[in-house]
Amino acid sequence: MVKYSIFTIARNALTGHKDWPKQWRSPEPKPEYDVIIIGGGGHGLATAYYLAKEHGITNVAVLEKGWLGGGNTARNTTIVRSNYLWDESAAIYEKSLQLWEGLSQDINYNVMLSQRGVLNLAHSLGDVREGVRRVNANRLNGVDAEWLDAEGVKDFCPIINISKSARHPVLGATLQRRGGVARHDSVAWGFARAADALGVDIIQNCEVTGIKRKDGKVTGVETTRGDISAKKIGVVAAGHSSVIAEMAGIRLPVDSHPLQALVSEPIKPVIDCVVMSGAVHVYVSQSDKGELVMGAGIDSYNSYAQRGSFHVIEHQLGACLELFPIFSRVRMMRTWGGIVDTCPDASPILSGTSVEGLYFNCGWGTGGFKATPGSGWCFAHTLAKDEPHPLNAPFSLSRFESGALIDEHGAAGVAH
Amino acid sequence: MLNIDCPWCGKRHETEFRYGGEAHIARPEDPAKLEDTEWAEFLFMRTNTKGYFAERWLHSHGCRRWFNVFRNTVTHEIVGSYKMGEKPPKLPKSAGGTK
Amino acid sequence: MTQAFRTTSGGRIDRKKAINFTFNGQSYIGYEGDTLASALLANGVHLLGRSFKYHRPRGIVAAGAEEPNSMVQLGEGATTEPNIRATQISLYEGLKASSVNVWPNLELDISAINGLFAKIMTAGFYNKTFMWPRSMWMKLYEPVIRRAAGWGKAPAMGDPDIYDHMHLHVEVMVVGGGPAGLMAAMAAGRAGARVLLVDEQNEFGGSLLSRKRQIGGKDETAWIADMVAELEAMPDVTLLRRSTAFGYYDHNYLCVLEQKTDHLPAAERKGKVRQRVWHIRAGQVVLATGAHERPLVFADNDSPGIMLAGSVQTYVNRYGVLPGKKMVLFTNNDTAYEAAIDLQAAGGDVVAIIDCRTEPTGELVDAARALDIEILAGHAITGTSGGKRVSSVEVRKIQKGAKVYTTIERNIDCDLVAMSGGWSPVVHLFSQSQGQLEYDEEKVCFLPGKSRQAQQVAGALAGQFSVKECLAGGYKAGADAARATGFTPKRKPAAPEIDEPAVGSVEPYWIVPSSRPVGEGMAKHFVDLQNDTTAADIELAVREGFESVEHIKRYTLTGFGTDQGKTSNINALAILSGILDKPIPKVGTTTFRPPYTPVSYGALAGRNLGDWSDPVRVTSIHDWHVKNGALFENVGQWKRPWYFPKQGETMQEALNRECLAVRNSVGVLDASTLGKIDIRGPDAAEFLNRIYTNAWAKLGIGRVRYGLMCHEDGMVFDDGTTARLAEDRFLMTTTTGGAAGVLDWLEEYLQTEWPELKVYCTSVTEQWATVSITGPKAGAVLEKLAPEMDLSHENFPFLSFKEGEVAGINARIFRISFTGELTYEINVPWTCGLALWKAVMAAGAEFDITPYGTESMHILRAEKGFIIVGQETDGTTTPQDLGMDWIVSKKKPDFIGKRSFTRSDTARPDRKQLVGLLTETPDDVLPEGSQLVFDPNVPKPIPMAGHVTSSYYSAALGRSIALALVKGGHGRKGQKIFAPLDKRTVTAEIVDPVFYDKEGDRLNG
Repeated sequence: MVKYSIFTIARNALTGHKDWPKQWRSPEPKPEYDVIIIGGGGHGLATAYYLAKEHGITNVAVLEKGWLGGGNTARNTTIVRSNYLWDESAAIYEKSLQLWEGLSQDINYNVMLSQRGVLNLAHSLGDVREGVRRVNANRLNGVDAEWLDAEGVKDFCPIINISKSARHPVLGATLQRRGGVARHDSVAWGFARAADALGVDIIQNCEVTGIKRKDGKVTGVETTRGDISAKKIGVVAAGHSSVIAEMAGIRLPVDSHPLQALVSEPIKPVIDCVVMSGAVHVYVSQSDKGELVMGAGIDSYNSYAQRGSFHVIEHQLGACLELFPIFSRVRMMRTWGGIVDTCPDASPILSGTSVEGLYFNCGWGTGGFKATPGSGWCFAHTLAKDEPHPLNAPFSLSRFESGALIDEHGAAGVAH
Repeated sequence: MLNIDCPWCGKRHETEFRYGGEAHIARPEDPAKLEDTEWAEFLFMRTNTKGYFAERWLHSHGCRRWFNVFRNTVTHEIVGSYKMGEKPPKLPKSAGGTK
Repeated sequence: MTQAFRTTSGGRIDRKKAINFTFNGQSYIGYEGDTLASALLANGVHLLGRSFKYHRPRGIVAAGAEEPNSMVQLGEGATTEPNIRATQISLYEGLKASSVNVWPNLELDISAINGLFAKIMTAGFYNKTFMWPRSMWMKLYEPVIRRAAGWGKAPAMGDPDIYDHMHLHVEVMVVGGGPAGLMAAMAAGRAGARVLLVDEQNEFGGSLLSRKRQIGGKDETAWIADMVAELEAMPDVTLLRRSTAFGYYDHNYLCVLEQKTDHLPAAERKGKVRQRVWHIRAGQVVLATGAHERPLVFADNDSPGIMLAGSVQTYVNRYGVLPGKKMVLFTNNDTAYEAAIDLQAAGGDVVAIIDCRTEPTGELVDAARALDIEILAGHAITGTSGGKRVSSVEVRKIQKGAKVYTTIERNIDCDLVAMSGGWSPVVHLFSQSQGQLEYDEEKVCFLPGKSRQAQQVAGALAGQFSVKECLAGGYKAGADAARATGFTPKRKPAAPEIDEPAVGSVEPYWIVPSSRPVGEGMAKHFVDLQNDTTAADIELAVREGFESVEHIKRYTLTGFGTDQGKTSNINALAILSGILDKPIPKVGTTTFRPPYTPVSYGALAGRNLGDWSDPVRVTSIHDWHVKNGALFENVGQWKRPWYFPKQGETMQEALNRECLAVRNSVGVLDASTLGKIDIRGPDAAEFLNRIYTNAWAKLGIGRVRYGLMCHEDGMVFDDGTTARLAEDRFLMTTTTGGAAGVLDWLEEYLQTEWPELKVYCTSVTEQWATVSITGPKAGAVLEKLAPEMDLSHENFPFLSFKEGEVAGINARIFRISFTGELTYEINVPWTCGLALWKAVMAAGAEFDITPYGTESMHILRAEKGFIIVGQETDGTTTPQDLGMDWIVSKKKPDFIGKRSFTRSDTARPDRKQLVGLLTETPDDVLPEGSQLVFDPNVPKPIPMAGHVTSSYYSAALGRSIALALVKGGHGRKGQKIFAPLDKRTVTAEIVDPVFYDKEGDRLNG
């Protein structure tokens, strides 16, 4: 792997940039792999990378039906944080955040992690209570967290409207200073390049059409580019998890929904942190390019269409202007949608299944981006060892039978 | 903004309705007899079909009636809506017959 | 300054109405009917801004929505707007605009130094660097990048303007008011359909505004006027000008932005709606959105003065402006010749036409020759000079297939380059509507293929590039749309004679080589002017393994600008197709995403701001609360009095006073917001049996019972009391915030699971106002108001209700209690709430009756260990966790939630359970939300044992009290537990959650 640095760029500039190697190969699929990862998004590529790096398993294929990083990795609002309420969530997201903090150097690809702080606003006394509860829990879990009152919010984010006469006034906020944003595409590309360098085959335009099984065990996959054998298959196909599950004859506690996001035209820097409000349904940050990046809740109905209904966007902009009146004359430039698979408890599934050798990593709902490295790290462990790492053990499918849900709905009270 | 055909009121904007998820999941007659696995199937496991899908909607800002809609989750095409207890409409020929 | 580049006559401007405006502080004059762009060009101003990465000088390229360059900061102060295209700004008196992203000024932009580093700032360079040392990314690299990025500035204050939303249903919506759209609207309108015609321009006419045509013996202006007049006379036809259809969604739902005042001087805008978003549901949609011209990609094709040929023609014909006086045309097709012919006719000089085709022929070519314009066929522009304004072009003979063209034919001096790479139909809305695109080799463009919605396409969008085709195609589309929605079109009118040149041929020419291979040397072949994406960037991306068109877009940023690549997308993918040696249709397009052009947040929010962002619900007693100094709490949509401070009182003092009044005398609470549901029918009792955890069949008429509801997962989700009004009738109360959800949930079960049950539910929350009087003197107060009523405990026991007159008002009185004191909840018709409240206040005056709010209500119930759903519960709490096994029936075979109680985790003995906490220091009030641990002296992560759900200072007890959920808490009473706070750790003892009057003696006063 050519090491990326300003010096390499300068050297290549002298030769008209004609000598840059491909960031990853485009190999033909081999007949057999030790592990097949279905889904070439951030989580799938991270899984492949950590399989190779942490467990020495390099005979791995990542099968992507379209172009890599083209699913939710390309479509999210790039927020990174770990301040979840429940111990199980905090642990896995904090692992992820710690991996984020060294990721650019680890994979030699600038993922532009910008730890500019994430505010989760409270608009009612109930929100305040839950926010304080979360801050206290985060601290005991070793996750950085602060509670800010309304004035503190204003100090941290001066353009926010904290007027007491607002319909849903800002009463305070939790702040995680280590939270922030990262560059979504770079994460997929960086993991792809690093995994490829370790020998992983990344195979694009290769859609899985069947899961081959024998005696209750997986033996491989059927794809649009032929059959490929493997004794272990990790499914990381957010949005389409149920479709792959059906190929293996199982059902998941998952529904696919549209999640829309939007950006404004690029403007000069006005907001230097991430602001999220579950109660009024909006979250906002500003990209390095100057766009205001915004998202809200999911559309209500099941869909695989990568688009949602416009009233969701309009509602979100109303909420946005309540918080940021100065954005009224800023203009929405582009909207898009992704497909998120949501779990009943708003927590993910990283788990084996009733089919031996078949593992699922899904159900991240609206919050998967931040988990990318941690999810891949845990899932790689699960695939390598055939048992979950303690960090992802609570996120098993069996929790839906035992009732040990990790319900981040009522608790975290935030949409993302 | 879907245009949903309420069997009682006719076509209305989606904003008048509340979504109710997958249709035809009947509450078990006698839950006490079920194993935990079977109960979990009822409570949580879903088909989440890609393609033609029977789902429930409530006309919450209208007649407040629940009904079913047969809709394609990829194109959002609505084949038809039908009352609770009725069977889904037939698929258009062009669609071929998936579930 | 005079308008030196204004033609002597012609154009659709009003030369009698001069308009003063300033750009970058300099004053200019334009005419009514101008855009900012045309007025600047009339004054010879081409340099409008600097480019994104290299800060190269940039000018006006186009004349409409496709403009990639000329974004300005429009206006000042509270009404300033960033990034508005000069080509889309109607000129108005007093307009002020300035360039964006330049420092210190446009002429002398320091960041142009970036050009020196251009060789380093290739596509994706930021992925490869700024990583060392790690700490510098946040400290230095990113802040610098951020400051450099972005175009204009957001206003520093809120928006004084108002916006609104409209909704419209029509049979036929026509998008685009050019010749095709006008004809479509006419056909549908004459058939009798309700029609909406929208167009983004200030007047209808589309391409006819830019080109001279005789139609049926009339000139284009007269033809447009006649069409519009007829349409305006039709009562069911709505015409919207300055209205852009920006989004096309499922089921023929379209959104349109109408700009109502943006073209007016500031003084005339006051009090008017600035912009309106129309939400349209159409039976059929006719898309007649026209086409955009493509630039040609040649070396240094970005200087001011290099423009699209069709736009040059627009400036000449529509605005009476010569964008230059010495023009070179560079084209791969015939239509562009018209620009040269028109410019020459208007007084400009066309010095040469560079045509990449070897043998251009046709009417327009002949016409140009007839004007003695030199045509260099089989040639190309391979370089330009001039910098801030193009001053000459380098022309070479095309060497077919060569990567480098070796010999310079000559250099030609000029002040304007008009270019045309052919036309791209504006497929954006069609594509948004999920229609499929097909590539047309002959027309060299993507055209609409299979539709996914009820729609028609017409005009240039459909590849109909002549007016004649547009009129025929438009009529057919409008008639077909009317027919599809149940109308019978009138007989088709005879096609008018049209005097226009034949369309002619176009030859693809996607990238123009120069003396060195693309990417080498200093020359840049720009593909996306706004993002400074060059052909070399696309080559680099492919070299590095990015082959999908979506990857190319993301890696090079082409098409990611505020113009969304209207002029660049097709060129980019054609260049990609060339590099990959794959046909264009195989490369595919990127997704066309809404909005078509940017839309202000204000317009999208409409009136849904402030109190209108969410309905405010108030009780019939609200005004009294306001007058008496209440502070309010939002509970769901309701405003509830939080507490009633008296002059000079702190919050705690007020709460102490309110609570002690209840405990010692009498207090009064407005409880009107509690949800109330009337449940009727012969199966009502059976229904309650299924949805509550406890038994209801035997509840006597006139009696009241408390109930808990769980979801199927066994978790508590609401509670309240329900009274049996009659054998077949109950009145259920719910929590304030949960009322709507509970009603939905009841109806869901009735309609979907148990349709055989004969039960009807009706929300009566806002039919009954509820005044709760509570305290030892409550009986004495009620006695005064209802002297006829037997209030003895024998005849009116706890958990019963009576009907009767209270203060002369028909009332239902419930004996329930949320404070532990003797309580009467008096329900009267909503409109009588205030009268009752006043009567209660008057009657209670002698007992110093004290109004209290939600906060005291919370304290009083916490003293009694009563839960609040949503506070003691969070969706993960069972009745057993709350110590409320007593309310979970063991006898009923089934109720909602029952099955889940026996799951292994739900039945776990060490679940978090509700307990009381008493802090070691009595004055120490634990913060709600404090986390609890059994051992605070272990390293992080510290295992958590639970958390504080409610916590107050209790005046009645003279100390703090708290409720908490603690792991295995029911078995831990008497044990110590710790709350590690930010700076200290609080020790508390786990106790029973009932703190006050454990025996319940006070219930009867």
